Amino acid sequence: MSTIKIIDDKCVGCGQCANECPFGVISMIERPEHPKKFKLAKIDINKCVYCGTCVEACKFSAIELQKDEPALAEVDNSLYKGVWVYAEQRHGEISSVVFELLSECKKLSQELSVPLSAVLIGGADISSKAQDLIERGADKVYVYDDPALAEFQDDPYTSILTALIKQEKPEIVVMGATNIGRSFASRVAARIKTGLTADCTALSVDIQTRNLQQTRPAFGGNIMATILTPHHRPQMSTVRHKVFKEATIQKGRQGEIIKVTKDDSLLKNRTKFIQFIGDDSSKINIADADIIVSGGRGLGGKEGFKLLKELADLLGGAVGASRAAVDADWISYSHQVGQTGRTVAPRVYIACGISGQIQHMVGMNSSDIIVAINKDPFCPMMKAANFSIEGDLFEVVPRMIKNIKELKK
Amino acid sequence: MNIIVCIKQVPNTTDVKIDSETGRLKREGVESIVNPFDEYAIEEAVRLKEKNPGSKVTVITMGPPQAESVLRDALSKGADEGVLVCDRAFGGADTLATAYALSMAIKHLGNFDVIFCGKQATDGDTAQVGPGIAEMLDIAHVAYVKKINNISDKSITVERLMEDGYDVIESSLPVLMTVVKEINIPRLPSLKGKINSKKAVIKTLTAVDIGADEKRIGLNGSPTQVKKVFTPTQKTVEGEKFVGEPDVVASAIVAKFQEIGIV
Amino acid sequence: MEYFLTEEEQMMIETARNVAIEKVKPIREHYDEKEEFPWEIVKEFAQADLCGVYIPEEYGGFGKGIMGLVLVVEELCKVDGAIALTLAATALGTLPILIAGNEAQKNKYLPDIASGKKLAAFGLTEAGAGSDATGMSTTAVKEGDYYILNGTKCFITNGGEAETYTIFAKTNPLRGARGISCFILEKGMKGFDFGKKEKKMGIKASSTRELIFDNCKVHKDQLLGKEGHGLMIVQATLDNSRPGVAAQALGIAAGALDEAVAYARKRVQFGQPIASFQGIQHMLADMATEVEAARALLYATARMIDSNVGKPEKEKKRTSKESAMAKLLCSETAMKVTTNAVQIFGGYGYSREYPVEKMMRDAKITTLYEGTSQIQKNEIALNLIKESAAKNK
Repeated sequence: MSTIKIIDDKCVGCGQCANECPFGVISMIERPEHPKKFKLAKIDINKCVYCGTCVEACKFSAIELQKDEPALAEVDNSLYKGVWVYAEQRHGEISSVVFELLSECKKLSQELSVPLSAVLIGGADISSKAQDLIERGADKVYVYDDPALAEFQDDPYTSILTALIKQEKPEIVVMGATNIGRSFASRVAARIKTGLTADCTALSVDIQTRNLQQTRPAFGGNIMATILTPHHRPQMSTVRHKVFKEATIQKGRQGEIIKVTKDDSLLKNRTKFIQFIGDDSSKINIADADIIVSGGRGLGGKEGFKLLKELADLLGGAVGASRAAVDADWISYSHQVGQTGRTVAPRVYIACGISGQIQHMVGMNSSDIIVAINKDPFCPMMKAANFSIEGDLFEVVPRMIKNIKELKK
Repeated sequence: MNIIVCIKQVPNTTDVKIDSETGRLKREGVESIVNPFDEYAIEEAVRLKEKNPGSKVTVITMGPPQAESVLRDALSKGADEGVLVCDRAFGGADTLATAYALSMAIKHLGNFDVIFCGKQATDGDTAQVGPGIAEMLDIAHVAYVKKINNISDKSITVERLMEDGYDVIESSLPVLMTVVKEINIPRLPSLKGKINSKKAVIKTLTAVDIGADEKRIGLNGSPTQVKKVFTPTQKTVEGEKFVGEPDVVASAIVAKFQEIGIV
Repeated sequence: MEYFLTEEEQMMIETARNVAIEKVKPIREHYDEKEEFPWEIVKEFAQADLCGVYIPEEYGGFGKGIMGLVLVVEELCKVDGAIALTLAATALGTLPILIAGNEAQKNKYLPDIASGKKLAAFGLTEAGAGSDATGMSTTAVKEGDYYILNGTKCFITNGGEAETYTIFAKTNPLRGARGISCFILEKGMKGFDFGKKEKKMGIKASSTRELIFDNCKVHKDQLLGKEGHGLMIVQATLDNSRPGVAAQALGIAAGALDEAVAYARKRVQFGQPIASFQGIQHMLADMATEVEAARALLYATARMIDSNVGKPEKEKKRTSKESAMAKLLCSETAMKVTTNAVQIFGGYGYSREYPVEKMMRDAKITTLYEGTSQIQKNEIALNLIKESAAKNK
């Protein structure tokens, strides 16, 4: 079992560790022997996750961390080669997130000097899509087609992808963080007993160790974590739609299409797909909007969104929201931008009363132009904005609406 | 029918404030709550119990001793029994090790027909533990369930929310479902529920109790490792600042909009 | 202030607060505006087990007495004084059964009321008989195993919506105060109908209606207590129910005070929050002190009433004076505090955009029903004189 402790003699009670602990599990307590003079750091062992941030923060080497290396059966990393993208399809069409993953994973495969492969699982005629993947940068495409696989179901998809991974041994497998990807990536990782990192916002590789450095917002907070899967292969990640730019099409690009040998035992299925019912009504497609007017906690209530809607309508844009506003039930979830909502990259993103927590920022910081309206000039959103307006949005936005209306006349 | 709900204690993010100087979260005074998505799981389990008399709802969480409070919360909303999976050896678990520990605890509890989880926890946002548990129990799962259409002794038909609509899926039992917000409106605790939950005895299970392989729990059993944690260097743009009377800044920004061609 | 509430009392408050904030607050304006009966909220009250806190456990309640009722009503009324009335007026209609009902009657009616499946109402007032109940003209004439009721009751809270009614009628017009009896009636009985619905200043979500009896045939098993004991039941009921009205008033006052403090901190005039002005501060200080004093009297009264439970008749303390005092102080405080809350809000307070004007409208009824403030004073004075006379014979 890993252990962590404070060496009482060395701790000077500066509190640096408590400040830095991303989990807030360190508190400063009185020292019985020096009441009111020096404090002593105390770690709540029940909540500590042994991340080691405090050890690095302590200038007095007063924190001792003994971290057990994972004892989970390790694999010989050198047996694993290649970067894979799971080529998600929906009703026979490749999801666009796949093209984004191909562009980013291409870079990884080049750095590692290995081929980039895509895995395509689907109905009888899905192999016709394989060439599209090659033209977007895949060197190899593994295809498993069967009429039973036309629509996504966890059991057979998990079995097929797992079997293929075990056989071909890729070192990296990246999937879209879509409902499909998130549903069965976890199952695949659990069956192989390897690590899976959700919703990565950046991927890079360390050439020496060939470790994939997976960065994502973490701990429900304003911090990022870089996560490794050092002793297991493949290293698995999911990445959300719109985080990376789509790979361009290289017409006529050559690659290898590999038809995977069929094995009917892989099609064993405990669920049955009955039907698909399309419904776009509840879906406000903020991901496709050119201009987004977005509101956060500063709106103070439902009423504020009416104001933003008016501005958005005038600009021909859509209304977005931060999680705080959605949690408060001021607006529906389909408008949410950020880590737990949608990732967007519009031409102009107008953030009204949004302070800019990291989870929100990762969902919109690839916007071309960011406009922020906020009372607090020092909040992260104002710092990230190309145009920052310090003021009360309830005073500024109505005047903007008035001005634009006059211009339109 | 035996129904299990896996829940998690998370910090109440609507309470969280950011220190504008350091950009860090202020964690003091942030209360711990039931993961909001798990509230829908609890409610759906209790509704299923009410429709199938004689059923039992067991809520289970893995966490420190303080996590007992979320179990009591679930009991006040109609769950029958709370189980806390608690052991220092579980500390530092990633999603794989968490799914393993919970699956072992569920096996230890015995028979089950349906397991509910929230679609994800609001602190980690991974959505990985639910399907992971199903895999380790070797049962079917359906993620993002927005409606249960019907359930019999052997199978269940549900609607799975997708980006472009929903899929109707039939599954054999036992099954694990992760549920989304659209599935129900959770009830508030009743007085009877509150009084009962106060009196209830919470069962605590340790790693030894559930027969967990020590190599597969906690930090030991976690293939992913946090290499470093950092406050991101905020993208600071040398942006243009507009300060002053609302009238003035509003016309200045609208002029800017004209310049970039969006008005 | 610390009232040393038990753990279960605190749970009742918490449960009620959750429902008030999550379920009542978002729709309170709607019901006030539309004057609709809030059935969706009644269901929430039922689901949260709030309907039967004062009903003994053997009939499906929680046995938390008048104190339980007071705590729940106060907490709900902090958010809305009209919607909570569905529950408080049911208590008023139920108390005669609790006080005078036999086992069969209690078993028949109380469990459904405790579970919130049915609401109750109390039918005493008539157009010509308000403060003076003996002036009523509704009659109940005995014919074999039945009584035949004729007459009209007015201003009946929960009228038309409740299933169970405790109705007072003259069984012997010659005997005055001793000629009144109490009956349990059910909605849907032949000859029992509902008349005009009142349009009111406040408590608009509450239904206030006429009850009309036209040769309504009521079985003698429905008689509560003995024939001619009606007014004794009224007195005992009001002794127990006035703290409920007091709690409604107190809740409205406490809610208005909270609104006023929050607004005073937020509202900026002359470059600073108005809470920094001593004129406002003193108003807030008076309001808070009045609310706390009213609460202290009310809780002590409720405890006193509950202390009678299970005691032999002889040892029971009479609580008419204290109940009247609690109702008088709480309702007058509610009127003062809500008026001052509107004052602190200024022009905005008069606007429907903010909740305090509604609180002021809702508060007014508490000085009127279940005995006007003047009637409470009569009751208090009468008891003072009696007590003095008993001491100094």
